[in-house]
This record gives sequence, structure tokens and C-alpha cells, in this order.
Amino acid sequence: MSYDVLIVGVGGQGTILASNILGEASVEEGRSVRGAETHGMAQRGGSVECHVRIDGRFGPLIDPGTADLLLAFDLLEALRYAHFLKPDGRVVTNTAIITPTSVFSQRLPMPSPEECLARLAPHAPLAIDAAAIAREAGSELAQNVVLIGAASHMLPLGEAAILAAIERSVPPKTVEVNRRAFALGRASGNPCP
Amino acid sequence: MARQYLLGNEAIAHAALEGGAGFVAGYPGTPSSEVIDLLRARRPAGVHIEWSTNEKVAFENALGAAWCGVRALFTTKHVGLNVAADPLMTSAYTGVTGGFVVLSADDPFAHSSQNEQDSRLYAAMAGLPCLDPSTIEEAHDMLRDAFALSEEFGLPVLFRPTTRICHSKADVELGPVSTEPREAVFHRDPRQYVVIPAHTRVLHRRLNEKQAGIRRRLVELGYTTGEIRGRQGVIAGGVAAAYVREVLPDDVSLLVVRAYPIDPEQLRCFCLEHEEVLVVEEGAPVIENEVRKAAGCVLVRGKQTGHVPAEGELSPALVQTALAGAGFIATTPSLPPLPEAGLPPRPPILCAGCMHRSVFFAMKKVFKDGIFPSDIGCYTLGLQLGAVDTTICMGASITVGSGIAQTVGGDVVSTIGDSTFLHTGLPGLLNAVYNGANQVLVILDNRITAMTGHQPNPTTGWTATGEESTKVSLESLCRACGVDWVETVDPYDMTGLIATLREAKARTGVRVVIAKKPCVIVERRAKVTRPQFEVDQSVCSGCRACLRFGCPALAFEDGAAAITPLCSGCGVCASLCPQGAIGKEGRPPAKEPATGGAA
Repeated sequence: MSYDVLIVGVGGQGTILASNILGEASVEEGRSVRGAETHGMAQRGGSVECHVRIDGRFGPLIDPGTADLLLAFDLLEALRYAHFLKPDGRVVTNTAIITPTSVFSQRLPMPSPEECLARLAPHAPLAIDAAAIAREAGSELAQNVVLIGAASHMLPLGEAAILAAIERSVPPKTVEVNRRAFALGRASGNPCP
Repeated sequence: MARQYLLGNEAIAHAALEGGAGFVAGYPGTPSSEVIDLLRARRPAGVHIEWSTNEKVAFENALGAAWCGVRALFTTKHVGLNVAADPLMTSAYTGVTGGFVVLSADDPFAHSSQNEQDSRLYAAMAGLPCLDPSTIEEAHDMLRDAFALSEEFGLPVLFRPTTRICHSKADVELGPVSTEPREAVFHRDPRQYVVIPAHTRVLHRRLNEKQAGIRRRLVELGYTTGEIRGRQGVIAGGVAAAYVREVLPDDVSLLVVRAYPIDPEQLRCFCLEHEEVLVVEEGAPVIENEVRKAAGCVLVRGKQTGHVPAEGELSPALVQTALAGAGFIATTPSLPPLPEAGLPPRPPILCAGCMHRSVFFAMKKVFKDGIFPSDIGCYTLGLQLGAVDTTICMGASITVGSGIAQTVGGDVVSTIGDSTFLHTGLPGLLNAVYNGANQVLVILDNRITAMTGHQPNPTTGWTATGEESTKVSLESLCRACGVDWVETVDPYDMTGLIATLREAKARTGVRVVIAKKPCVIVERRAKVTRPQFEVDQSVCSGCRACLRFGCPALAFEDGAAAITPLCSGCGVCASLCPQGAIGKEGRPPAKEPATGGAA
């Protein structure tokens, strides 16, 4: 059985880099892995999803109701994709929400962060302020690695493999910042601090 | 080489080098674009790589190279193969000497396309072999080997990956890049390459004579493989075969078809071992139709019996439902959980500072009752701004616009991007002038093919591999087509833009407005920065006029508008604010309310 991770966010937030890190870490551990990504026009500020199936041997797609972990770069997107989780699937999410333009231009109602978290409660959400932690690590751009750090306790991947994958996947100049981002994210997600 | 986690298109691009491709041409189109983008980034020595102006142009370039004995790759998305269909059909007659692979990437579910057409049908129509991988690893191996298959039969080979192959990832092991030297020579042979009737009749017969050999060879190559495990069997192709393997019970047989034409004998033998078969494939019922011909009295289920969806893409869950419907699995799968209702949608949207938005906004203001035919590109998102009334295929904004203008009159204002204009827009513009259409054309000239990933085109100033090239003048091109009134405007200058469109409205005949500004994403990557704008909350009346502009950098908090860090500093919203409440960050806003704004 594969361990299925759905990474969701808003186009431009770096979901593909996060999926690359999980994929590379799987390869690092000699495991098979499958993934699916959003490319093309849907990237333009739209809702995006990356599927990563650690130990996957078949197709790249995760069906609704079957994901083990939802990794959300945006709290509203966490709620939008929560139906992909299996009943005991977990959520690791950013607390921030980029308000969709439709809320302003069409005056659509929008759930508050508290409502979003309450509706995610069956999946015991781990919510972190990824931007603040990333700033502490040295760059707000490292939010995706912060989130991977926070989720690392749930992932069936070793810390060493994830760190090696981060080093291979991020721009060389940012390796140190991203190592710190991973460590701080990992600390924020520690189940027994 | 060690295993790597690679995008399908990345594995395909590398496979082209392993297979010895010496000439690569295509036109960008999702989900095919990254094949050439990755090749051109790598700049392999001795390989000609180009983004051509359209698919027909690209196909013919690659065909010419293959006629010189070089191995050639042409890439397109499925609908681009329509544009290249003319040379495709006849290239099956002329054949090739160098291996020629025609990569046409299909897009079931139309993730980023105008239809769900199936490229396998083109292969059948042309009489060409077609390869249809079910995994990334297969795509890699089959693309690498397709050049040799092409040379063996002297025919182009159609290679058909789908979105979930191209834009999926897997752990893949790459092979060594080919270093086999190939001599490029054009051997004059008019009976092969000049398709006058006397020649083409002979060539057609030769093509037909090749078909039985192709079917046999595809069997020998092991592209269709099966395992008998029970009295019920599934026959699957493409990525759907991977979904089938994921959910198939141990006592149901599986035949995976990876190449066409399918050997009918192979299908017949598989069917005869079973009481009933279910055919699972995305796209058209290509395999299913062949199975029905070969199955005899064996019960065949698939799209035609409603067991498999006839549209969209498949998934493991949909395959499970099909298996249950056919009685291949006992339990009916429970209904999938539904997404949370009532959340504000987040569709793709034009970027903050995108010049298309201000052009659409101005068009709506000047041409209140206008009809707005548009085209294929990021700017199709102008639909959200009510400024896109038609989109059918590349270049059709101008021609459909002419047809509407010739039929109902009134203001017809077409929009087309620079790359799409050069792709198939030009003949339409020439036709509009020649036949006296009364229409306005706005060319949204951002100097790049943006939607598919910022590929260069003849307006950009450099080629796919970064060589400097002449920047074509769209103004000169339009004038050469016979357009007398051509005006170029800065789309961030709302006042000037509106004045120009008003002048266009006052005139007759074919009028062209070129709205020219680099794509904001390209600017950002080039580190071009402008000061951001901000709202003076003490001046803002909360009228929401700016929000109607629909820019993702505009927000509304505590009864007043606000500008988020997404702002690219285009300043158009400042010219729309009736209160003059928006100005550059750190500087006081304009004292007088702007006049270009929303009524």
C-alpha cells in the first residue's frame, strides 16, 4: 500500500517544489513513488493540487476518501480538499488564507480561519503559521519546507532522506535557510515537545 | 544511472536524446510543452531544437529533416495535430528515411484544452503506427525505441501520451544519450517526395501493404501483454491500465494494449479465453471497437454499454465503479466523499498587473454593446471580466469575428495574443481586409507565449535555444496585410487606451490596436520592479469601484479597499478610483480623482 499525500495550495506557492522534495526523498530511500501535478493555465493564481504516492506502484492519482495526509499551504484550500482524506487521515496546514478574488469582486461569503479549523477537526489538524516560522528561518519563501518539516513526523520517510532531498531540490544559495526552515517546522509539529 | 523522480515529459525529453533525435520542432501546448522546454534548456550538441510558429510549420520542418536521414521529433498537444493534419496524412504516403516521431499529447478531461479529441484516431486515419504508454517508464522506453520502429517501416510513428503521463512523476531510470553519428543527406527521389497523382496512387498502395507487417511487428515487440487469470477479463490502454492494475481482483485477467494497429488475432485469442470482457480506456473507444470486431460471441462491455464513462478522465475509483457495474467485483464501491459546499471558488485568474485585464476593462467601457470573439491564451480568462464571447481554436478570434461582423454588424472587437496571432491569426487578418470586414482587432502583445510556460516566439527577440533573432514588427505585419489604421498603446495608460479604443470605434474597416507590455511574470523573473500602490484609507469611500477591476492584489477590509503585496505596481487601479484614494506606496495619492475610471 502506498502512503498518499495530497499537497494543495494556490498557484505560485511552491506546491510542486514540495512534491519534488517528497518524491526525491522516496527515491533516496530506494522506494517507488508516483505523483501528479497541475501545470498550464490552472497555475495562474488558481487552486492547485499535487498528488504524491510514496511506495506508489500504479497510477499517480489519489481518489477522494483515500489520502493519508493533506498538506495545505492555505487553510481555505485545506477545507476545499479535505474530502480527499480517509477517515483517519491527517491534515497539516498553514494558518494563513489568501482570500480568493471572488470574495471581493462577487461579495461571496468566506469561512473564518476558526470555522475552517473547526470543520477540519475530525482530521486532528496541525495548523502552523508557516510564514512566521519561515521568516525566523531566514526567508518567507521557505514556507513550503516549513510545512514539510511540520508534517515530517507523520511521513513514512526518514529525516535524513528528506534533508538530502531538500538539498537537491532547492536553489544552492538557499540550502542553509531551508535546512533551518525544515528544523523549525519539524519542531513546531513535534507531537511530544 | 541512478533512479530519479522525474516528470513524464522530462523522461520523454531524455528518451528523445537516448533515441538519437537530431532535430526537434514543435509549438507549445499543454500538456506537451515541457518536452521541448527541457531539451532546449539542456542544449544538447548537434541537435537542432526550435519552437516553430505553428504545428504545421513545425511538423513540416521535422519531416524535412527526417527526409535527410536525421532522426526527428515533432511535439504538439492533441488539437495542434489538427493544424498539422495536412502534412501528417500525406507523410504516411511519402514515408521517411530518418526516424520521425510525432508526439501528440492528449488531454482527457480537457484540463487545459478546448476539447478531448483522441490522437489515436489520427494514426488510424493516416495508417501510421501509434504508441500509447500506460506509465512514465513505458513512455520513456517506447519513445526511445520509436525512432528505430519508424525507420524499420519508413513511416512516421505517432506517440500519444496523455496529461497523466506528461504531468505525472515517477521514479525512473534514464539511459545513456545516443552518440551514434548520422549523416544528413537529401537523396532526390521525386516518386517518393512529389505526390502528384501518378506517384501518390502508388504510394498509397505501398502504405496499405505495410499494415499487416506493422501489426505483426508490434506483437513481436511485446507492446500488448496479457495474463489469463479467470473467466472475466479486462482490456485496457493508456494510463487507465495503471488504474486497472491498482484495483483489479486476482481472478480477473488483464490485457494491456500499448500500440496500434492492434493485431486482431491477439485480441481474439484473449477474448476466447473469457466469458466476458470489459474494455477500459480514456478518450474514444478505439480499443473497444477493435475488441468488438474480434470478440465473436464473447460479451464486451465498455463505453458503448455505459459501463465506462465516454467523456473525461478515469481514476482508480471510476475503474472500480466500472468493474462493479460489469459484475467483475462483488461489492459496489461506496460513493466518494463530496467536497465541502459553499466555499468561495478559486479559479485561475489573470495575474496582478497583467496587461490583458486593463485592455478588457477598457474594451467593456468603450464598446458597451460589442461582441468580443477571443482566442487561445491566458487572455481567455477575460471570460471572467465579460470580455470574451467566443473561443474555439487558435486564430479564430479574427475569422469568427469577421463572420459575425459580416452577418450582424455592430461593434465586433476580437482579442488575440502575439503568439496566437503569428500562429494562425495572420491569414484571417489578411482575409478580413481583403473581404472588407468591419471589425476591430486588439493584439494583446506581451512578447512571449505565456500560458504554456513563457516560450519565445518571433516577437521575443531570441530563439528556443537563446540565439538572437529579428523581433518581428506586428505593426508592419498588419500594415502589410492592408490594414490602414494600426495604433500601438501602453495598456497601463488607461486614459490613452480608452482614447485609442474610442478612435477605433469611430472608424470603419479593419482597425488594429496593439496593446504592448511585457508579461508581468517575465518582468518579475527579470527582476523588473515598480513601486507598489496603496490605498489612503482616510480618502477611500468604500465604493468598491476598484474591486470591479478584478485584480488579485485588491482586497477590501473594514469598509475600505486595500492593496496586498501581490501588487505589481501597474497603477491601473489608481486611474479607476473616483476618489483618487490610490497612489504609489509612501507617496500621497493624486490630489484629483482620476478620469479614466469606472463609471
